[in-house]
This record gives sequence, C-alpha cells and structure tokens, in this order.
Amino acid sequence: MIRLFHFDRATQSGQAPSGEEGGREFPEHSARSPLSVHDLTVAYHRKPVVWDVDLELPEGKLVALVGPNGAGKSTLIKACQELVPKASGLVQVYGRPYRHQRHLVGYVPQRESVDWDFPVSAMDVVAMGGYHRLGWLRPVNKRCRSEAMQALERVGLADLAGRQISQLSGGQQQRTFLARALAQDARLYLMDEPFAAVDAATERVIVELLHELKARGRTCFVVHHDLATVTEYFDWVVLMNMRVVDAGPTKEVFHQENLRKTYGGKLTVLSAAAEAVRNAGE
Amino acid sequence: MRRAALHLALGLWILLFVVPSLRGAVIHDHTEGIRPLGSLANRPIDWPSRADLLRVALLQDYNTRLVVVSASLLGTACGLIGGFLLLRKRSLMGDTLSHATLPGICLAFMGMVAFGHSGKSMPGLLLGALLSGILGFATVLAIRKVTRVKDDAAMGIVLSVFFGLGVALLGLIQKMPEGSAAGLEAFIYGKTASMVFEDFLVVSSVTVAALLVCVALFKEFRLVCFDEGFASSQGWPVVVLDTIMLGLVTIVTVAGLQAVGLILVIAFLITPAAAARFWTHRLGHLLALGALIGGLSGWMGAAISALLPRLPAGAIIVLVAAILFLVSMFFGSARGVLVRWFRQSRLKRKIGRQHLLRAAYEWLESRVENPDRERVINGPIKMAALVSSRSWSVPELNREIRRAYDDAFVQSFSDGELCLNEAGFLAAARVTRNHRLWELYLIENADIAPNHVDRDADAVEHVLGEPLVNELEKLLPAYRDARRSPMPGSPHPISGGAE
Amino acid sequence: MIEWYPIDTWIVLTGIVCAMGCAVLGNFLVLRRMSMMGDAISHAVLPGLAMAFLITGSRASLTMFVGAAVVGVLTAVFTQWVSHFGNVDRGASMGIVFTTLFAFGLLLIVQAADRVDLDPSCVLYGAIELTPLEILFRWSIAGWEIGVPRAFVVLGTVCLLNVIVVVLFFKEFRLSSFDPALATTLGFNARIMHYVLMTLVAITTVASFEAVGSIIVIAMLVVPAATAHLLTDRLSTMVPLSMVIAGSCAGLGHLSAITLPKWFGFEDTSTSGMMAVVAGALFGMAVLIAPRYGWVARRLALRRASRRLP
Repeated sequence: MIRLFHFDRATQSGQAPSGEEGGREFPEHSARSPLSVHDLTVAYHRKPVVWDVDLELPEGKLVALVGPNGAGKSTLIKACQELVPKASGLVQVYGRPYRHQRHLVGYVPQRESVDWDFPVSAMDVVAMGGYHRLGWLRPVNKRCRSEAMQALERVGLADLAGRQISQLSGGQQQRTFLARALAQDARLYLMDEPFAAVDAATERVIVELLHELKARGRTCFVVHHDLATVTEYFDWVVLMNMRVVDAGPTKEVFHQENLRKTYGGKLTVLSAAAEAVRNAGE
Repeated sequence: MRRAALHLALGLWILLFVVPSLRGAVIHDHTEGIRPLGSLANRPIDWPSRADLLRVALLQDYNTRLVVVSASLLGTACGLIGGFLLLRKRSLMGDTLSHATLPGICLAFMGMVAFGHSGKSMPGLLLGALLSGILGFATVLAIRKVTRVKDDAAMGIVLSVFFGLGVALLGLIQKMPEGSAAGLEAFIYGKTASMVFEDFLVVSSVTVAALLVCVALFKEFRLVCFDEGFASSQGWPVVVLDTIMLGLVTIVTVAGLQAVGLILVIAFLITPAAAARFWTHRLGHLLALGALIGGLSGWMGAAISALLPRLPAGAIIVLVAAILFLVSMFFGSARGVLVRWFRQSRLKRKIGRQHLLRAAYEWLESRVENPDRERVINGPIKMAALVSSRSWSVPELNREIRRAYDDAFVQSFSDGELCLNEAGFLAAARVTRNHRLWELYLIENADIAPNHVDRDADAVEHVLGEPLVNELEKLLPAYRDARRSPMPGSPHPISGGAE
Repeated sequence: MIEWYPIDTWIVLTGIVCAMGCAVLGNFLVLRRMSMMGDAISHAVLPGLAMAFLITGSRASLTMFVGAAVVGVLTAVFTQWVSHFGNVDRGASMGIVFTTLFAFGLLLIVQAADRVDLDPSCVLYGAIELTPLEILFRWSIAGWEIGVPRAFVVLGTVCLLNVIVVVLFFKEFRLSSFDPALATTLGFNARIMHYVLMTLVAITTVASFEAVGSIIVIAMLVVPAATAHLLTDRLSTMVPLSMVIAGSCAGLGHLSAITLPKWFGFEDTSTSGMMAVVAGALFGMAVLIAPRYGWVARRLALRRASRRLP
C-alpha cells in the first residue's frame, strides 16, 4: 500500500542526526528486526525509570513484556514512540530510526489514558486509526469509515459502532482501542496492558486477534501483567525491571530464576504458580 | 458532521449579507448606561413599545444592527472553539490568554508611539496582543513540560505575571507625554455599545477565519483532544495543533476583547460549549450547538440591551448565556441533570423490583415440598419472611411492593401476605434464573481470572440482556440442563398449595 | 540615587503583609489544583459589593466587605454545584460561575450608576501607592510621629488571621489537600476544610483588592506557592518559604517599580504590576536553578548518573 505521509516533518528534520547515527555499528540482523532498542534510558524528573535497555525483537512473534509494578514497562513502550523524552538511546523500527518508520507502528495505549466521556462514537475512535493515511485537512472519507467498520467487525463490536464510548463496557472499550490499532494496519504493534481489567470474552477476542496478527506476519509487543498466562499466549518474553533481565523464547527464558531476578525476593506465590504453569505446559 | 458544518457556513453566509447594506451608513456613537436617572427604587421601568421591538428585531437601526450582528458572530466563533477547549480540559485557557494579551497590547502601543505613529492603530495592537497571547500559551506549555507544576498553577502563573507586566507597562504609558491612554483603555475594556464599522469588520473576519480553520482541522483537533498520546504516536505534531487551536482562541479573544470586553469573551469561550455538552454525544453536533448557543446569546443579549435602557450589552449577553447554560444543565437530553436523575431512578426501581421478585421466588421455592424442587408453584407469600430475607426495612419493602403493584406484577397484597400475578411470577422465575446463571459464571470463572471480571460486575447482573443470558447458558452447559426444566413458567393459577 | 521616603516604607510593608497573607493560603490552592480560584473570586465579588451598597445605601467599607466575602464563598459553592450536579469539568464550571457573577455585578452597578462610583477597572488596578495616604491612627514614639495606614492594619489583620488558622489546622489542611477522601474517613470533614479555605481566600481577596488591587492577590495566591513547591518537598517548609518569597516579591517589586523605569526615562510605574513581574522572575529562577527540581540540577544529576553506570 502506498502511504501518503504529508505531515511527517521528521523526514526533513531527521537528516541532521543521521550522521551521528551512521557512525555507530549495529548488529547486522537489526535491519530486519521490527524493533531494536539501544542504550535506552528514561528518567522522570530525577528518578530513572528505564535504564540502559538493549532489545531486539524477532519478526512475526507475539512478545510479552513482563515485570513488576513500576518496572518501567509502559515507559519503555512510550519511549519507543517518543511519547516521553529519552535521556539517551536509539530506537529503530525495521532498521531505521523510529521517526522515519512511524507508519509501521500501531499503538494501543492504556485504557485509562483517555477521557471516555468524550463525545465520539466507537466508530469515530476506530476511524482515527486511518487518520495518518488521510493526512492534513482531508476529512474522514468513506474508505476510512469502511475500514474502521471492518476492524470493528473483527473485534465483534460492529453492532455497537454508533454508540458513544462511555456507554461501552470496560472490555468493549479495550476492544475499540484494538480495533483502532487494526485500522492502522501496522507491521509492529505496541500494546500497553490490553488485558488489564477486561472480561473473559474480551480476553478471548484479544488472544484470537493476536494470533491472527501473528499469522499475517505482524509483530506484537504486549505489556502483560498476568504471569499465569504468559506461556499460554506468547512465544517470546522480555523480563524487565528497570533493565532488561532476560529476553528470549518463552520456553527458554520464562523460568523461576529469571522471575526471581525480575521480581526480587517478593515473588513467592506468583513464581510458584508460574512454575507450575510452565511445568504443566511442557 | 459535514452537514452540520455546511449549515453553519450557510447561516454565516446569510448573516454576512448584512455587510453590504451596512456600508456607507452614518456612524454615530451610541451612549447608553451613562446618563443618570433617578434612583433604582423610584424609577418606573419603561417597557419598549411594539415599534421598538420591531425595530430591533428587524435590525433597522444601524447601530443596533452592528452590535447585534457582531455579538452573535463573536458568540458563534467562541462557541465553536470553546467546544475544543472544553474537551481539551483547558476552558480557563481563555481567561489566561485574555489576560496575557495585555503586555503585548501595551508594548505594541509603546512601539508604535516610539516610531512616531499614533499608537492606536488597530492592526498593530491586534498583532501585539496575538504575539503575547501565543507567548503566554507557550509559557504554560513550557512550565508544564520542564517543571512539576500542574496545569492550573501554570495557567495562574502566566495569567498573573503577564497581566502584572501589562499593568506595569500601562503605568508607564499613562506617564508618556505623547499619548493619552484613554483609547487604549477602551481597547482593553471593550465598548460593545459604541462599536464602529471597523470593529464589525474585525469581528466578522475573525469569525470566518475561526470557522474555516475549525472545519478544516476538525479531524486533527478531534484526535488531539481525545487521545494526545495516540496522535503523537501517529506522527501528528501535537504542539503545532495545540498552538493553532490556542492561536485561534487568542485571535478570537483579542477581537472580542476590544469589541465587547474581557469578561464577555471568557464567558463566551466557556459557557455555550459547556451548555451544548448537555445535549449531545457527538462532537460535530456539540460544536455546531455550541456555536448556535453562542450566537443566540449574543443576538438576544445585544437585542435586549438595545431595547431596555441602562443594560450593558456585555453583561446581558453573559447572563443570557448563563441562563441558556442553566436550562441545558437541567433539561439537556444527553447529560442533563433531569435525564440522568430519571435514568438513575429507573435503574434503582428496576433493581429494587428484581430484589423483591427474587426474594419472593426463593421463598416460594423453599416451600416446595418435593426434594428435587422440580416445580415451584405461585402462591401467597409471607411478607414477614421477605423482610428477614433481605436487609430492607418494612417501609422499604412496602414501597417496593407498591411499585411492583403499579407495574402489574403483584396481584394483591394485604394482611401480611403478598400474591404475585402470573406475569410477576414468570418475571420472578426469570430474574432468579439470571441471577443464578451470573453467580455461577462468576464462581466458575473467578478462579481462572479473578481480576479479569469487569469492575462493574455487580451492576451487570441487573442489566443482563437476552443475548447475554444465552451466552451464559452456552458457557455453562451443566447449569443449563439442570435449570431449564423447572423454570418455564407454571401456568397454574394462584393456589394455596404451598402453605 | 534611589529616593526612598517613609511613604515607600509603608507601601512595601503593606505589600508584604498582603503578599504573605495570600501566599500562605496559596500553598493549599496550588496543592488542591485550584490555582485559578483567586482570579475567579476577585472577579466574582462584584455583585456582592454592588448589592451591599444597594441594600445599605452606604459605602461603609464593612458592609461592602461582608457582601463581597459572602459572594466570594458563594463562588466556591456554585462552582462545586455546577461541577457536581452538571458533571462539568471544574475549570469550566469555575469560568461559568465567575463570569456570570461578574456580569450580574456589572448590571447592578450600571443600574445604580448615579449613586455608585464603583468602576470595574478599579477592581483590577488597585492603587497600593495610595494606601499610605489614608491614615488610620498615629503613634508617636520617642518624638517620631508615625501614621499607620488603614490598609496596613486591615491587611496585617487578615494576614495574621490566615497564618493563625493555617497553623492551628495545619494537620487538617495538609490531609484534606492531599487526600480529601482519606481525610473524611478519618473524621476531618474535607468539605468543611475546603469551605474554610475558600472563606479565607474570599476574605483575603476582598480585603486586598479593596486596598491594593486584585493583580497582587491573583499573583501572590499562585506564584510564591508554586515557586516554593519547586524548592522543597515538605509542606511544613513550603508554607514559610512561600511567605518569605512573597515578602521579597513585595520589597523587590516596589524597588523595581521606582527604579527600573528610570532607565527608560520614565518616572515610575505600578507597584502591583511589578510585584507580579518579580514573582514571575523568581519563579523562573527557581525553574532554572532549584536545588533538586531545577532544570540545571536535573541535567547534572542525569549526566552524573549515566556516567556512573557503564
């Protein structure tokens, strides 16, 4: 698909730092990696939240980002998209700086990040996923709307399309956000806690959707809080507590020792449960 | 939305048709509210004659025409932009910006005087105001970004410091040998009643500009207002869009400031949009309605002030807008107080009735003698037993029963006994069944995902619809088999069998 | 080179008590995210002034004062109502309430224009420079005769009242501005504390703008407290610190009002305006060089930290 990116100023202003970036050596395969993060450090006021993160995601996998509260998971996701200022570091998407590849990245923010009383319908929200294709000044057209409708159908909300978003249940709101990401038609999806406080039906829809995306070669990087379902839902896992503790295929990386490293000494019941789940899975 | 915009544009076009007829008319100063009359108590109110009414309604008087049309145009523009401000939770930004324009106005005045001009040139003052308003907004953004100071304090700081600077500069201007600052004061405090054709031109061009920008950037503004993070992740320059939005606010504020005064502009930016919010859940409608309410209050306020003596137009316009706001707040069809109260009381009533029916059904169930509880039979129910089954008082129970009687679920109630009619009994069976399905669903799924159950799980029980119940049944096959047979209603008439 | 007269001393002293009285309350307004309340109240009290005049027919300052203070508290009450019952954003409801009240006040004043010489503009531009002219009583100490201005006495009393109330109820104010829900469950009614605060703000606003102009109130309610918040993390330090900052704003403000304009060939300018400007300058300095939260300090800390870690 040809994308019209009229408004991305980064294509011009991005030239300046490229000299500086050009001097650095990156692993060869990073060109194919959907998301590679180098030396990323983020600090809120004085407190560092993400320290020296190096990360390389494989293509076409479902990747979980797991860690305790305050481990900087959401911050990492946001910093990758330059939503919070980085203290240092470089984020590349498919081998080029994020600024040039923005159109390849779909974002599902946390549900709490917006005001659900806002006067828009579910349809309006999902259509926002296609705004970047429309570019400046052009109004939402029929094609944008029909794509939004398709996305809504895929998350099972087609009959609620016209409803104001505060009249949706929590799970339906989450699905609306997912539909918006689908309408973006990205190659890499960054999702911030899509499973938080949703009903079982929505959880099922999300899992199906993740598998569908994977089947189409998309990569999903998902902040996840439920250790019990990590092995069930994801192929890859990134364990994080301010720094990346370990990253790799779930079977190799998601074990007791790593979890203890990630969660510190506090992990007792949780780690035992995760261990049990892992054993059961094998 | 596009249709709404079209209508708006059309309405504006019609309004602008007045322009040609205004040209060439004699400009005369309209002074009202200054001539002293007797004291308030012994002054009879002189109601306008029918001729006066007609004259104002048809805009026959040149000066009235200017004031009324300008005020309604300004109201339209402010109502429109105010909608975005309200949704961006920046309503008071209008307040801040209108104060922040003062130093710019003063500096422009001083600069122009220094270069040998009169100092009261309209475009120069407007430019100064615009620049300093945008600087004020940029300062608010910078404070929020660099420090931990919150939004409201940042606005308060910019408002007071900029305004203080303006006051200090005014202090200088008043001591300038060249200029009397009198014209400047009028510029800052507004002169609704004595508007001239140039003011009208400024106001109307600003209105048209604001309208065009809002329609053209509707999609972008909506995105930024709804989800800033998503917007910037998609590559939209949020700061640029914010600046355009606040730049519009500044332009409108400045235009309005010198036409109608500071407070009126602030009110115009907040009140119509907030009033429109009560009527609709759609952004396009909200903006159109905000513009309409703004225009209407401008129109009505200006007309009333032209009809009755000694009513300052600015104040009347604000009061009309406030009345429209109050009416909307109570009677608004989407979020109004009455509608919400009505919905809530209806839900409360429904929940109360369901509690009553379930308690009744469970009591009847407990009276069935055969152990497998195959069939529950309708019959008289001891009210005393119902009282003890739930934590409600006797008056509360009586109220619920009376309501259920009004809704035709209860056949009779007297002597401490309650009889459900057939519809009531069927409803009771259904309510009980849904409740148990839901309970079972929670129990069965709670151990899988205790924190995954929706926050409003408790409330959900009372709003289970037909499709959801079907889904629950599908999810709980064991329960479906066990429950299906006893429930389909017993067509028995009331009998005393249970006793 | 600076011409300093006793009258300047009185202007500064009046400014200091006024600024301190505002700043001590401002801490809680800033922490409760209600910084715009000062601006709102200072506009909204207009109908109170007008009605007090229309009812009593006198310009006795006590009745005007009571009327304005009552309307000031009503502003807070109405704002609460509109945002609670109407489910309206608090900023917006504040804006609606204060503009409406101001318009109403304007209407009343114009209706009684022949009897009142209340000019809306004098509400915004107080004349702190004129305060020493109205002498309340004279003291003579060791042969020196000192005339104490009325404004100083009034504002000093208000300042003292604010400080006493804040010190007495410090614990309650702290809790209710940090976590109103917790305060209520612990038995301190957060709503009562809110209205106590609002009453004090209304009294202070009215007393101040009658004497020195509302721009000082609006600035001193917000800026010193926000500056102090950048300098410290402890509320018990923040409150006195904000008062010190407010006091220095008054002194430096008047000093710059009578010196700075000379550089540009003017005689002097408004002290109220310069007080706000100085407050803004102090805030700007705090933003840059505050020890912990300043821009420079954060930059340095980050650089040091990233050097420490490999």
